[in-house]
Amino acid sequence: EDLRVDGRGCEDYRCAEVETDVVSNTSGSARVKLVETDILVGIKAEMGTPKLEKPDEGYLEFFVDCSSNSPELEGRGGEELGTDIANTLYRVFSGENSVDLKSLCINPKEHCWVLYVDVLLLECGGNIFDAISIAVKAALFNTRIPKVRVLEDEEGTKEIELSDDPYDCIRLSVDEVPCIVTLSKIGYRHVVDATLQEEACSLASLLISVTSKGAITSMKKVGKGSLDPESIFEMMEAGQRVGKSLHIALQKILDEEESLGTSRPKVGFLG
Amino acid sequence: MAAVTMRLPAVRAPLDSSAARGGEKHLVAPGDTITTDTGYMRGHGTYVEDDKLIASVAGVVERVNKLVCVRALKARYNGEIGDIVVGRITEVQQKRWKVETNSRLDSVLLLSSINLPGGELRRKSAEDELAMRDYLQEGDLISAEVQSIFSDGAVSLHTRSLKYGKLAQGVLVQVSPSLVKRQKTHFHDLPCGASVILGNNGFIWIYPTPEQKDDEAGGYTSNLEPVPLSDREVISRLRNCIVALVTHKMMLFDTSILYCYEASLPHQIKDILKPEVTEEIVLEARQRLLDLEG
Repeated sequence: EDLRVDGRGCEDYRCAEVETDVVSNTSGSARVKLVETDILVGIKAEMGTPKLEKPDEGYLEFFVDCSSNSPELEGRGGEELGTDIANTLYRVFSGENSVDLKSLCINPKEHCWVLYVDVLLLECGGNIFDAISIAVKAALFNTRIPKVRVLEDEEGTKEIELSDDPYDCIRLSVDEVPCIVTLSKIGYRHVVDATLQEEACSLASLLISVTSKGAITSMKKVGKGSLDPESIFEMMEAGQRVGKSLHIALQKILDEEESLGTSRPKVGFLG
Repeated sequence: MAAVTMRLPAVRAPLDSSAARGGEKHLVAPGDTITTDTGYMRGHGTYVEDDKLIASVAGVVERVNKLVCVRALKARYNGEIGDIVVGRITEVQQKRWKVETNSRLDSVLLLSSINLPGGELRRKSAEDELAMRDYLQEGDLISAEVQSIFSDGAVSLHTRSLKYGKLAQGVLVQVSPSLVKRQKTHFHDLPCGASVILGNNGFIWIYPTPEQKDDEAGGYTSNLEPVPLSDREVISRLRNCIVALVTHKMMLFDTSILYCYEASLPHQIKDILKPEVTEEIVLEARQRLLDLEG
């Protein structure tokens, strides 16, 4: 009958708070708070050499750290969870069009921008994958990569010149960046945005990454239970619906934040 | 239709606490000096450094003659004889069960302290010991009363009454033990259609009011029929109200929960957890409680 313990429907999200530009010495950052789940993402753009098989594209590197969550996740304990989340993020962003990697190229085969995406799990209150993907998208929206010019000398050596104006930078287009929607199976129904208690009750979940147009870019099943093939179709459709409304809400809030400009009161961690 | 709400964070001003009852409370944070007078004996939550008495926890200073101690706001449950607790069975041992009650040590429920199903009164034999798992298993929730306290602080429970025993369908809310007010009775049948057990250890159990009181059961029958939607809505609303009261650190007792429930009726259940709605209903409940006192 579509009523969960806290009164939400099966496809309702908890109230989320999104803020970008919280860390000053990064190229882009975002913080997402989903009631009890708290994620901080920082993106640093550095110059590096392109990969051999894709010489005219830049790339993203993900790193997830969950040591601040609880004592059992410090050091070695959190490594497993961290690599699991990082691998999921690599898979989600492996699609051709997710991020415009060609715009990250400076000199084919020699220089390109590498975006190091660092994810910090500050508090884990259920549904970390969704919160992480929202934070990554918000941080990519907020990323400002300085413009560089390539100068060629007479001898043929290339020099890279950074433009003097600190506000002269390129922004990334996040229209095709997917967001992860986690559908947890509890009993015979599936729920979106499970709390810690609901996650403890669910044996299997489906992670679907959906773009803003509703296209599914990757799917992953987690958990030791099994999923019925028909219910997988239902969950995929539900994931597409929820994903689209998630993108709309997120884009609205990012545009709103952008329009406030410098007059926006910065809350950060002191709220 | 999915509902996704996002918002920009806003600095939330703390609720006006000038409406608190009279009586100056000496609040301290860890590291605050309580007093420089050396004539006091130091109690829990304090330590002496450089002839000064300093607090080691955040809480309220309590003074009894010459003893100074600091009672922390968020602390583990300390059992007192006669308290009602709601606990979860973690282990089944030889002649007892280990119950988790949010205290420093696991509480103990001895086989000799329970009522047998059917209400029989007899000495427990070796067969009862082997059949312990049939009565209570790991993961079951029980309501019990504190019978005695061991010397190391572990609490010994008993369910020697028909109102205690295994809990069936309902919702558990875990709060800090200091927020549950000590009252004459902790089992309340709220007029809105649900019942609530306010465990002194901070575990609050909300369940649908049973139609008739089954006296012969002895507390072991589990009613596993599906709960009707109207009851579930009342229980969800109560759960959100309790969470709202806890976020604003208000004491939990039947009247406060009831006022908060009535204040939340105009809103949808899932909206109660939104910060501005939470503030609104907690303020209204607080106002009504003050009117009741004054």
